[in-house]
Amino acid sequence: MAWTWFHRLASPPHVYRLAERLTPWFAWSSALLILAGLYGGLVLAPPDYQQGEGFRIIYVHAPSAWMSLMVYTVMAVAAAVGLIWRMKVAHAVAASCAPVGASFTLAALVTGSLWGRPMWGTYWEWDPRLTSELILLFLYLGYMGLRSATEDVQRADRASAVLAVVGVVNVPIIHYSVLWWNSLHQAPSVMKLDKPSMPLDMLVPLLLMLLGFTLYFVAILLMRLRGEVLSRERNASWVKEALSR
Amino acid sequence: MTPRRRRLILVVGILAGVSIATALALRAFQENVMFFFNPSQVAAGEAPTDARFRLGGMVAKGSVQRTPGSLEVRFVVTDFKRDVPVVYSGVLPDLFREGQGVVAHGRLNADGVFVADEVLAKHDENYMPPEVANAIKDQHGGRMPAASAGAAEASEATPTPTMGGQ
Repeated sequence: MAWTWFHRLASPPHVYRLAERLTPWFAWSSALLILAGLYGGLVLAPPDYQQGEGFRIIYVHAPSAWMSLMVYTVMAVAAAVGLIWRMKVAHAVAASCAPVGASFTLAALVTGSLWGRPMWGTYWEWDPRLTSELILLFLYLGYMGLRSATEDVQRADRASAVLAVVGVVNVPIIHYSVLWWNSLHQAPSVMKLDKPSMPLDMLVPLLLMLLGFTLYFVAILLMRLRGEVLSRERNASWVKEALSR
Repeated sequence: MTPRRRRLILVVGILAGVSIATALALRAFQENVMFFFNPSQVAAGEAPTDARFRLGGMVAKGSVQRTPGSLEVRFVVTDFKRDVPVVYSGVLPDLFREGQGVVAHGRLNADGVFVADEVLAKHDENYMPPEVANAIKDQHGGRMPAASAGAAEASEATPTPTMGGQ
């Protein structure tokens, strides 16, 4: 039936083998895209008329910031699916997302801070965008802390899933913070309904980087998911078979 | 009602409750979340007169005056409706220039001059190569680089999202 593929995703051995098969595809295509994006962004793209060469940090900063939101959304949806359908694999996906998302958030905050010093004249301000992104980092860290504080996996799954679902309200706040309130951070250049405020030779490398970062996230997620599934199913017989191959 | 349906309603309910609570809290703290006041808000008396606050807007064209032999600089911050004169002594960020956004931190003195002790440059969302900026500048008779021209038109037409309307 139409839902068979969905029900099969609830089976840990199936997910383990699927992840194993898909990982290299995502890993290699993300490596190629990121290399192309870096070359386009750092070498081919012209400097900005005001920021000069310093604008090139956008090729790491903006994709990291987008990913920090995207990963959180994936994590919250997986957590909600895990809560509602009691699907163990969904909880495993959510748990695998958190450290990756936290790393992207940290990368966005650090690169933004390094850019802010020469351009704005400050490393850090309690601006709505900056503050809400910092709260996102604390949500990720809180999620990870809550998981590791609970010995029983099922209880950790449920408690942390509620935190993940509640925290998702921060995602639109981060995106719209620069439009709703007076903010030091500039409005979106690309993620808006209007056409991008950027010429094509600057935009294409940025989109390559975004796609590359997304596929990189999927590759890392699949690898982490395999580890997560193995540790949850360590007493199952299929694990012994899978590992003795 | 199946247990799964009950859990679905529970999760949606929690999410809706938290969203409404957050929206109400953010509305209540609207003014505190604002990073800066624009000149119209200052003119309307929304900014505190006896405390430090941040003033944001565009540096008006031709308003920057430097005092020779010191770091003192005077300029006018505008949102194309109201103006606030600013005085500042110190080092300005690289992106500080006429027609660009700034956020100044300080207080109003008795003469209505904003005495700033910190000036930050606010970048807009437009990116372009220098040649394109020059070409557009030439078309406009050398007056205005494209980004600030676009931003200026936007600010005059609507409460612009770039500089934060209301």
